[in-house]
Amino acid sequence: MKANYGYKDGSGEFFITIDTDKCNSCGDCEKVCPSKVISMITNDYDEVVPAVVDEHRKKIKYSCAPCKPVAGPRNVPCIVACKPGAITHSW
Amino acid sequence: MVEYWRWKEYRWTSPDIDWKTAKIISCGIDVGSVSTQAVIMTDGQLYAYSNMRTGSNSPDSARNGLDWALKETDIKQENIHFIVATGYGRVNIPFANKAITEIACHARGANFMYGPTVRTVLDMGGQDCKAIRCDDKGKVTAFLMNDKCAAGTGRGMEVFADLLQVHIEEVGDLSLQVDKEPPPVSSTCVVFAKSEASALLRKGVPKNEVLAAYCSAMSHRVFSLLERLGVEKDFVITGGISKNTGIVKRLEKEMGLTPLTPRYDPQIAGGVGAALFAKSLVEKQRAGA
Amino acid sequence: MITAGIDIGAKSIKVVVLKDGQVAAKAIDLGGFDQKGTTDRLFKKAVAEAGATEAEVKYVVATGAGKDEFLSATDKVTEVTADARGAHMVHPKSRTVISIGAEEGRAIKCDEQGKVVDFAINEKCAAGAGAFTEAMARALELKVEDLGPLSLKSDNAVPMNAQCAVFAESEVVSLVHAGTSKQDISRAIHDAIASRISSMARRISIENDVLLIGGVAKNPGFVASLKRDLATDVFVPTDPEFISALGAAHIAHDRAVAKGGA
Repeated sequence: MKANYGYKDGSGEFFITIDTDKCNSCGDCEKVCPSKVISMITNDYDEVVPAVVDEHRKKIKYSCAPCKPVAGPRNVPCIVACKPGAITHSW
Repeated sequence: MVEYWRWKEYRWTSPDIDWKTAKIISCGIDVGSVSTQAVIMTDGQLYAYSNMRTGSNSPDSARNGLDWALKETDIKQENIHFIVATGYGRVNIPFANKAITEIACHARGANFMYGPTVRTVLDMGGQDCKAIRCDDKGKVTAFLMNDKCAAGTGRGMEVFADLLQVHIEEVGDLSLQVDKEPPPVSSTCVVFAKSEASALLRKGVPKNEVLAAYCSAMSHRVFSLLERLGVEKDFVITGGISKNTGIVKRLEKEMGLTPLTPRYDPQIAGGVGAALFAKSLVEKQRAGA
Repeated sequence: MITAGIDIGAKSIKVVVLKDGQVAAKAIDLGGFDQKGTTDRLFKKAVAEAGATEAEVKYVVATGAGKDEFLSATDKVTEVTADARGAHMVHPKSRTVISIGAEEGRAIKCDEQGKVVDFAINEKCAAGAGAFTEAMARALELKVEDLGPLSLKSDNAVPMNAQCAVFAESEVVSLVHAGTSKQDISRAIHDAIASRISSMARRISIENDVLLIGGVAKNPGFVASLKRDLATDVFVPTDPEFISALGAAHIAHDRAVAKGGA
């Protein structure tokens, strides 16, 4: 299942996509996120997978900003930490 | 004072079913930010439901919704074997047995209401917009929910109904009464689109054209959300905005696909899915015991 | 030598006229229904106030969302360029310039010469600009000028869930029904928008001195919330809404001099 968390507003499309079929439930993404955006949950189908927490879901453009500076190298920790490549960001 | 944004509340009971012969009576309550639906099913058949505006208090809204759904029946709450709550207010309902996300419930509900060929569900609610891909059993294979931005939601439509002083239930049809489709409003943002619309009205542009410009922009925006998931037929639209012909017709045109026609009220999809989950949970309980 | 800068914003139009590089006149008006007419009228008024005639104006630089509308402009520059120049003129130690207007928010990193090093923009979403506080003031049935001072009376940080001006309006109404005081709600409103603006600003990394300009800088509630969120001092110049036009006017002066004017 591809779970897309985030939104599209006038300023753009900001989605974090979790591919639960690729996810191995290791939880590394939750550990490395400096802004506590991602947390492991048990979903409606009893899978243990990451999800974007409610507190940040509607402002991920701002919550993820620390890992996406305007200038400089872009190494988003959650994407780097995920070995099966289950996490992608749309921006 | 006329409230252009206010839509009619209603309830329904099946004329054919005798609930006393049912093995499992299940209930799903979908407490959304704008509307609440309570659905009662007997052995997986639709028995009764209600649709009303969500008040300022979620537990009260769920209570009132359920009471109203039960009103013209002789079922009491204690006859119900399992209640699943869904929607924005789901975690707050003390009398519900379980809470399940509206994504899972909408997919399950759409599968029941439209049949196992459904693969793509677009739900346009009061304060959110959901795109869901599902399999032939109504299990979610991909989803996207946008509840951050008012564009493409019922609230956005209510703002325009108010601005133009047109009843919300007439917005869609009025927007289609144009000979030529005007250019869409340039802003996705409802606040900025409202300023644009005001300027158009001052220039003497008639209401139907302004509505057409707004519906055009909104349906395009909603379509881009669907594109992110990829659209596979059969495609259905649920939620309050499915009753807005202005959006539905424009979406059909952009997608090159006609959504399936609903046999039931499309606003109850979440509640129906929740009631079906409730039924499965009772079956599991009884099998385990 | 007379030069001028004109900032045609989404809501209001600002004109600054310089005489030999010194401010000779400033004028502001709401764009209103006839933006073009207002712009022409305002320009004439400012030039007259500066004691000059339109023919004497050597160079005019236009900026702002409507910069293409002023046909008498000699030249145009982006808002980012105008902001940076204006900020440098009034506060040369500025390294981070935050410019918040009615419909757009910008964060600009400058060097010691006032040159733009980096920038980030919040556009096309009312939640990131002045339109947000205006909508909230309406929901609370207050004037925008009163919303800011009211928030300073609050000691309570009430979180705001909605990230959209339309949903926030509904949330404000619910908070009022739930009995939350108007001052606490006002503070929540300013905290919410300040949080979005400072997150945007952090993308270019905050370096002191931080200068806040644009119409929203006149809102003391917003300034207080921003200072709290950035955890650093924030300078607000006099007449912050004119800084962009001021920058454009100085750029006009430089370009006129370069062309051989005196």
